[in-house]
Amino acid sequence: MSSRTLTAPLQQTMTPKDGVIIRTENLWKTYDMGAVQVHALCDVSFDIERGEYVAIMGPSGSGKSTLMNLIGCLDTPTQGKYWLNGRLVSELSDDELAYIRNKEIGFVFQTFNLLSRATALHNVELPLIYSGTPAAERLERAREALRKVELGDRMHHKPNELSGGQRQRVAIARALVNEPSIILADEPTGNLDSATGDEIMNLFDRLHQAGNTIVLVTHEHDIAARAHRIIHIRDGKVARDERVK
Amino acid sequence: MRAYHQNFRENLRLALDTLRTHKFRSFLTILGVLIGTTTVIAVASIFAGLDRQVSDAAKDFGTNTLAIFKFTPGFHFRLSREERLRKPLTYEDAVAIKEACPSVESVAVENFLWWGPPPLLKYKGKEVVDYDLSGATAEDFRVTNTNLADGRFFTAVDDAHRRNVAVIGPDIVKRLFDHEDAIGKIIMIGSNAFEVIGTAAPRKAFPGDNSINRWVKIPYLTFKKIYPNERENFILAMAYEGRMAEAKEEISNVLRHRRHVKPAEPDSFGISSAEAFIQQFRQIIGTVVLVTVVISSIGLLVGGIGVMNIMLVSVTERTREIGVRKAIGARRRDITWQFLLEAMTLTGAGGVLGILVGAGISLLIRTLSSFPSSVPLWSVAVGFIIAVSIGLFFGLWPAMKASRLDPIVALRYE
Ligand SMILES: Nc1ncnc2c1ncn2[C@@H]1O[C@H](COP(=O)(O)OP(=O)(O)O)[C@@H](O)[C@H]1O
Ligand SMILES: [Mg+2]
Repeated sequence: MSSRTLTAPLQQTMTPKDGVIIRTENLWKTYDMGAVQVHALCDVSFDIERGEYVAIMGPSGSGKSTLMNLIGCLDTPTQGKYWLNGRLVSELSDDELAYIRNKEIGFVFQTFNLLSRATALHNVELPLIYSGTPAAERLERAREALRKVELGDRMHHKPNELSGGQRQRVAIARALVNEPSIILADEPTGNLDSATGDEIMNLFDRLHQAGNTIVLVTHEHDIAARAHRIIHIRDGKVARDERVK
Repeated sequence: MRAYHQNFRENLRLALDTLRTHKFRSFLTILGVLIGTTTVIAVASIFAGLDRQVSDAAKDFGTNTLAIFKFTPGFHFRLSREERLRKPLTYEDAVAIKEACPSVESVAVENFLWWGPPPLLKYKGKEVVDYDLSGATAEDFRVTNTNLADGRFFTAVDDAHRRNVAVIGPDIVKRLFDHEDAIGKIIMIGSNAFEVIGTAAPRKAFPGDNSINRWVKIPYLTFKKIYPNERENFILAMAYEGRMAEAKEEISNVLRHRRHVKPAEPDSFGISSAEAFIQQFRQIIGTVVLVTVVISSIGLLVGGIGVMNIMLVSVTERTREIGVRKAIGARRRDITWQFLLEAMTLTGAGGVLGILVGAGISLLIRTLSSFPSSVPLWSVAVGFIIAVSIGLFFGLWPAMKASRLDPIVALRYE
């Protein structure tokens, strides 16, 4: 088996300027539902720079998750271009996409998406397993990530032995562990009560202060207000893009 | 390389974990593979035992001894016209072999009853009906590697004087002389009285042959005197050590000449040896083993389909898990290997259980009977490899299916 060194093609045309991590250009996502075509995203363009703290906000069904999945390389647009760290994502192979999801992106889901049969530690180790990190280093880094989210004393618990907030913190540790360029969170507090949600948001604030780039999807104002920039989405279109801090 | 190794350990861990979580379901799934492997192991051990018996019997018979008869040994379903018209081998043929074959150390002749049951064998009201009676020359005991238990063998002098003396096999001793000394006793062979002068030590039988120790031998000419019409002779020749092939060649030449076989025609007689018998036996066994493997393959195939089914269920159950793994960087081949290894672990476990059960059956046979069954190493390897291959083969499609899942669709799966 090959090691996971990868030489993704650097795009000569439209190479975004230094510091731009994400550039989307006229992104469309259309679902063909037989009789009707649902445009989940229409002509979405924006840049996100390194170190930004961005909230994507909009009502339910406005296309936030769709956008997030495109940014996270889980999905491909119907039309338009998307660069991540200077690479044109639409031209990458399956393996290259897997590599990017592994190394460049840390995804945090509303429903946590932890492996229920694995311990917190093993869940956090997983991205490192897929990047081929040696066992000793892997263990050390997973422990470190769990300590960062203040779960140093819950490493050997399985998800069903943890509270909702703790589960989301395990998921955040998993997103952090491979030191990705960007952390994507799709309604990370959606399944949590407000107090626990605040804790999680404090954690994101800290991660941002520590230099991480964060893109966060929410439909709640208070949550969006934590970010430094809010991109408002309505019916699949960018309605407003404002800097708040 | 390292990444592969890491993933292998992770996948193995996962596979064992799944096996533990679904113990009962896994067990049912691998039942077919288990039974298939058990069959392979048990049958192989039985044939290894048979092979052992044959080799032992052959060694006992003598590795330098050639048996010559007008038919080739083995099964004859139907004799050809040429075969039916073959003349018997004669005493003179034996003499000619002795004289003309430098590689032959000694030659014996046996004359026996071609048709019908032997005459009733009696001693003090005890009777034996099923036994082999033959008239043998004095060299016979040496050539056939017969060991004496008691008394003496008859000699050329006994033969020349047509004496009514007999050497009897150990089973006859048991049947006629419970706790008595057989030597010197007078037995009746039909209406003729014979003095028992020697008893033979038991020898190992070929599988299925229970008459090996149930014989009575009397001098050749004595037999001839009583049964003047028996013309079929069996010639036994002993080659000098290491000169079996030459001896066979020489004997063949002598007999072809004496029986007027034309150069283009095949031998009108058969020369066989223990070695040849073993080869023949192994050929038969090989066929039977092949048939067994084919039959148990059907069982394994059915088991394989069960494995495929359960793997498809497993993939469906874990659609979300697959989505999560892909979302955090698993490649297609990582997912493929995860499920392939799970399938192979499943059937491999079935194989190991099958090997254990098969070995248990073999051990049981060996303890309950005197049959020397033993599990050959190759069958363990073959059984295990087959079991794992079943997992590989039948796990491939479910694993490919899992690896091709779209991460978004998989993550949304409820
Ligand atoms: N797989 C799909 N098939 C058809 N329509 C979809 C699919 N996924 C999303 N949509 C539609 O796209 C729109 C945006 O959905 P989504 O991105 O999930 O919104 P949000 O996350 O903002 O609530 C919705 O109208 C939704 O019904
Ligand atoms: Mg959503």
